Amino acid sequence: MHNFDFVKPASVADAVAALSTEGAQALGGGQTLIATMKQRLADPAVLVSLTGIADLQGVCMGDGGLHVGGATPHAVVAREAGKYYPALAHLAGGIGDPAVRNKGTIGGSLANNDPAACYPSAALASGATIVTNRRKIAADDYFQGMFSTALDEGEIITSVVFPIPEKASYVKFNQPASRFALTGVFVAKYAGGVRVAATGASNNGVFRWKAAEQALSANFAASAIAGLTVDDADMISDLHGTPAYRANLVKVLAGRAVSAAT
Amino acid sequence: MTKVTMTVNGKSVSAETEGRTLLSAFLREGLGLTGTHIGCDTSQCGACVVHVDGKAVKSCSVFAQDVAGASVKTIEGMANADGSLGVIQQAFQDHHGLQCGFCTPGMVMSAAALLAENSKPSEADVRHYLEGNICRCTGYHNIVKAVMAASGQDVSALAAE
Ligand SMILES: Cc1cc2nc3c(=O)[nH]c(=O)nc-3n(C[C@H](O)[C@H](O)[C@H](O)COP(=O)(O)OP(=O)(O)OC[C@H]3O[C@@H](n4cnc5c(N)ncnc54)[C@H](O)[C@@H]3O)c2cc1C
Ligand code: FES
Ligand code: FES
Repeated sequence: MHNFDFVKPASVADAVAALSTEGAQALGGGQTLIATMKQRLADPAVLVSLTGIADLQGVCMGDGGLHVGGATPHAVVAREAGKYYPALAHLAGGIGDPAVRNKGTIGGSLANNDPAACYPSAALASGATIVTNRRKIAADDYFQGMFSTALDEGEIITSVVFPIPEKASYVKFNQPASRFALTGVFVAKYAGGVRVAATGASNNGVFRWKAAEQALSANFAASAIAGLTVDDADMISDLHGTPAYRANLVKVLAGRAVSAAT
Repeated sequence: MTKVTMTVNGKSVSAETEGRTLLSAFLREGLGLTGTHIGCDTSQCGACVVHVDGKAVKSCSVFAQDVAGASVKTIEGMANADGSLGVIQQAFQDHHGLQCGFCTPGMVMSAAALLAENSKPSEADVRHYLEGNICRCTGYHNIVKAVMAASGQDVSALAAE
């Protein structure tokens, strides 16, 4: 790993200022970025830790639903979000392992937008709002393909706002070696309709399965999607699964999520 | 270089660090506490788990400067005051929860974090919590048994396999 200057500001304003210097990059929990730096795939001149900023920590109910601070670790969401949004707490509690959950943050996960990460599916299926130091971004506009998002250089995710659904569930098919999702599906039922988002499936990253949303909005039962198929044209192909396998998993997991939704 | 001070196993310690100095290097190279092992250095194996302010973290994936001022506990802090093995360590010995011992420091630190959260875990709880700790020797059964025993539960019915 190349060397860098480390700073740990106590406010968002100081972090934004530090990030405006040449070669500066934000550090959340470091559970992705440190490994990337060890491989020299990232080479920041200045690392700006966001974990010392009290305003970016914690979960609470507020305008528009559940607000999760941008640097809140997965373990805190798992422990504290359950009474407001059980499916989200369940998702957070299934990320990686306890040590990863104690460090990794929601902002880091959404900024990274790994095609097999769990949080992007929750944000997209919930129609969440990604709040940054500059603006509010609807989840539908935020995810722009694998490892790609609407964030600009130096922009910080300060919080994520999740509207609370009537019912929801996340079902993850574990990739046991990496502990990421081989494929995962998040289903959320709102008064205005059902949203279904799949991760770990498409080469374009997290996506909404709109045919299932339509069918489930008319009839919220696993049987409603039994006759549908998922197009495998753009699915990920690797040694863990073929495109056809992943396309089928999306359907199977969506059915299980509907049956398990509470 | 920046001087970092933190509390390690109850003692205030300082060492010079670069931005890129990992907590694992701070402990092993800065302080000579080589009980914390580096198995993978890619946050997969859990051999390097220590507690930072009571929470299990992989010390190979944390920068020392990021935890300046924190209270850190390592495997060296797990023995009793008189130097005898702590309850979890003794249970690993009694139940043959280690062979080569490379994974053991991380296993013990993860087990201690589990028991602090959940004093009477089920076998499934233990297996779930230790998901991030990899052992290439024991086959895990005796590790799970040791952790259950350390929590004061009867393990005579658990299969040795
Ligand atoms: C063994 C292991 C298992 C894992 N399993 C899973 C899993 O099952 N599911 C899953 O979803 N993830 C999994 N992860 C990934 C984990 O959730 C990471 O914590 C997460 O992807 C990155 O979050 P971080 O806070 O660690 O970010 P970092 O690694 O610190 O940063 C990642 C990127 O985000 C940027 N960034 C960080 N915070 C912000 C912010 N607030 N605003 C803007 N940009 C920011 C950084 O600059 C960097 O580019 C796993 C990781 C490991 C090591
Ligand atoms: S050495 Fe840190 S997880 Fe393997
Ligand atoms: S005892 Fe050898 S790796 Fe676990």
